[in-house]
Amino acid sequence: MRVGIPRGLFFHYYYPLWKTFFEDLGAEVITSLPTNRQTIEMGISSAVDEACFPIKVYYGHVRELCLGSLDYIFIPRLVSVETRSYICPKFMGLPDMIKACLPDLPPVIDMTVDVSKNDRMMVKEIARVGGLFCSRTKIIMEAYKHGQNELRKCRRFCIDQYNMSEAIRIWEGEQIPQPGDGDLNIGVLGHGYSVYDSKISMNLIERLRTMGCRVQVVETLDRGAIENCAATIPKRVFWTLGRKNVGAALYMEEQRGIDGIIYMACFGCGPDSMIGEIIERKVKSKPFMLLTIDEHTGEAGMVTRLEAFCDMLRRRRDLKSDSYISAHG
Amino acid sequence: MIVTFPHMGNMHIAIKALMAGLKLEVIPPPPISKRTFELGIKNSPEFVCMPLKINLGNFIEALEKGADTIVMAGGWGPCRFGYYAQVEKEILEGMGYQFKMIVLEAPDSRIYDLVQQLKSLGENVSLWEAIKAIKYGWSKLNALEAVERSFDYYLPRARNQKRVEEIYDAASVSIDLAGSKTEAREAAWEAIRAMNCLELDSNQPLKIGLVGEIYTMLEPAANYDIFRLLGRMGVEVSRSTYLTEWINDHLMGGLVKKSTRKNLVACAKPYLNYEVGGHGLETVGNTVNYARQKYDGIIQIGPLTCMPEIVAQSILPRISEDEGVPCMTLWFDELTGTAGLNTRLEAFVDMLYRQKIRQTKNIKEA
Repeated sequence: MRVGIPRGLFFHYYYPLWKTFFEDLGAEVITSLPTNRQTIEMGISSAVDEACFPIKVYYGHVRELCLGSLDYIFIPRLVSVETRSYICPKFMGLPDMIKACLPDLPPVIDMTVDVSKNDRMMVKEIARVGGLFCSRTKIIMEAYKHGQNELRKCRRFCIDQYNMSEAIRIWEGEQIPQPGDGDLNIGVLGHGYSVYDSKISMNLIERLRTMGCRVQVVETLDRGAIENCAATIPKRVFWTLGRKNVGAALYMEEQRGIDGIIYMACFGCGPDSMIGEIIERKVKSKPFMLLTIDEHTGEAGMVTRLEAFCDMLRRRRDLKSDSYISAHG
Repeated sequence: MIVTFPHMGNMHIAIKALMAGLKLEVIPPPPISKRTFELGIKNSPEFVCMPLKINLGNFIEALEKGADTIVMAGGWGPCRFGYYAQVEKEILEGMGYQFKMIVLEAPDSRIYDLVQQLKSLGENVSLWEAIKAIKYGWSKLNALEAVERSFDYYLPRARNQKRVEEIYDAASVSIDLAGSKTEAREAAWEAIRAMNCLELDSNQPLKIGLVGEIYTMLEPAANYDIFRLLGRMGVEVSRSTYLTEWINDHLMGGLVKKSTRKNLVACAKPYLNYEVGGHGLETVGNTVNYARQKYDGIIQIGPLTCMPEIVAQSILPRISEDEGVPCMTLWFDELTGTAGLNTRLEAFVDMLYRQKIRQTKNIKEA
């Protein structure tokens, strides 16, 4: 049995879990290639114009997988991955959107992940999906548990300054040199599926590293501290990734070691349009830059902005930060 | 305490009545104008959806007029609306306004919570008076919607379309001024009777179902008064969203009226199998429902970048193919030119006419 997993969206957060789960049940896992020009073009031509860029790219990955022979394609419906929080409405309708737009799909495993109230439904869904490959519930549950352990193992790589996508590559056995030290320490925030995908983000993280920056992302920071900072916001942010980003931004602001924060937003992303604004208003003592990306391919504009940001941070450091005047008054 | 609230179509008439019943001083924001848009756009985040920008414009104009308390609704996602109040508060405070914000979070189908929340607004009102205030506001909403329904019926059929619009506009003013439930009901009946007496065209108009996001559906300033534009083109429009229905389904737990939501959820399957927040599921369900009722066409409207509507938009082409109904999606944002909208509507309506003529010819020949 061959199961295809598109290399997009929550692939960047959960791939080790999914892969281990399916392989333990005896399936062969196929992934699409890392995002490339062709993926993007296929995605743009099949998705509606108004969808955000990562969703369009995901369409491209699905189409690429459909070119090969597959028994199943795994397109989970991620409603909520923790209590009382959501991801985004588009994730809740993703399997239906894809089924409506791409007619010749192999059978879709559209597992619903919704643990907003309790995980009873989750257990049921795992049993249902596992049942496609194996009839014994015990083996299915063990495979799931094994998957969770592998995911934990993978996340631990992030402590060494790797971002989640690099951690997944290391988990798969690739050797990646540890990011070197730089003279600037920059926090990069945004939705992981766009920031960590080097094509979607126009290689943002790598670029910053070559400019002599150490890059901090949500996963390299202390989880508990992020949650504590996020809890200081008057109303709990009900988007999982949004809350983490707000928490991380507030946490980074407190850290003396962090020189500046960059938030990468997607054009048309609902949560980003609100979260970016909240962060911009809350983070007053550190330089903050909001980068918006979409499907345009001109990299020069972004490079210029990054260079300018880094230059500014260096000058600001040299001038001693006392004379800094907040742009927000 | 001088209370204000955001505009959403005719809602201000009902809220004014409700607040009066709660013995509160109210300053409704001035009608949405170009200035409202400008103020909102200038001060909101760039990519946020349009209702927030209009809300913000409303609040600024109301605060300028002397309001000091803002009443706003809330929610718990996944749609952005749940976080509107917080962002708006931050922005207004950043602009230096002093005010209090009361956020009414939609309770989980428990009418008691809603009554309590509203009661907390009225300082010297008993529970009984609070309920009476709700009933008073509710009666005005119902009266307005009754007029709206006959407006949608008569506008495409009447020989003198201007007269229909005049009657409607006059009715909304007299319902606003009505001092009691009976007066509101009578004002509505009077308008409906007046429309009844108009001379009608004998042609059967086209039927188009309008589906989409609630704010764009209800607020004429946000949709360039698309109902009138279509009505004047001789199209009978069915609105998928009425405020009373929404309140009944979401705030009153389906207690007051018979709820159509179950049917919509059933219609949405197998196209959309899960709640996606906002009005995504309703849009898909309504589209299927209208298609099965043999409507001539369906138009989806929503604010640009609205997430649930994008999900629905992705699914509409499939429904259009399977159920055989032409669908069109229109996004609204801060753009102010109506020529483009008019052209698209005209083209869509022309296409539907031709299709209808073709179909009737085929039937005759057969």
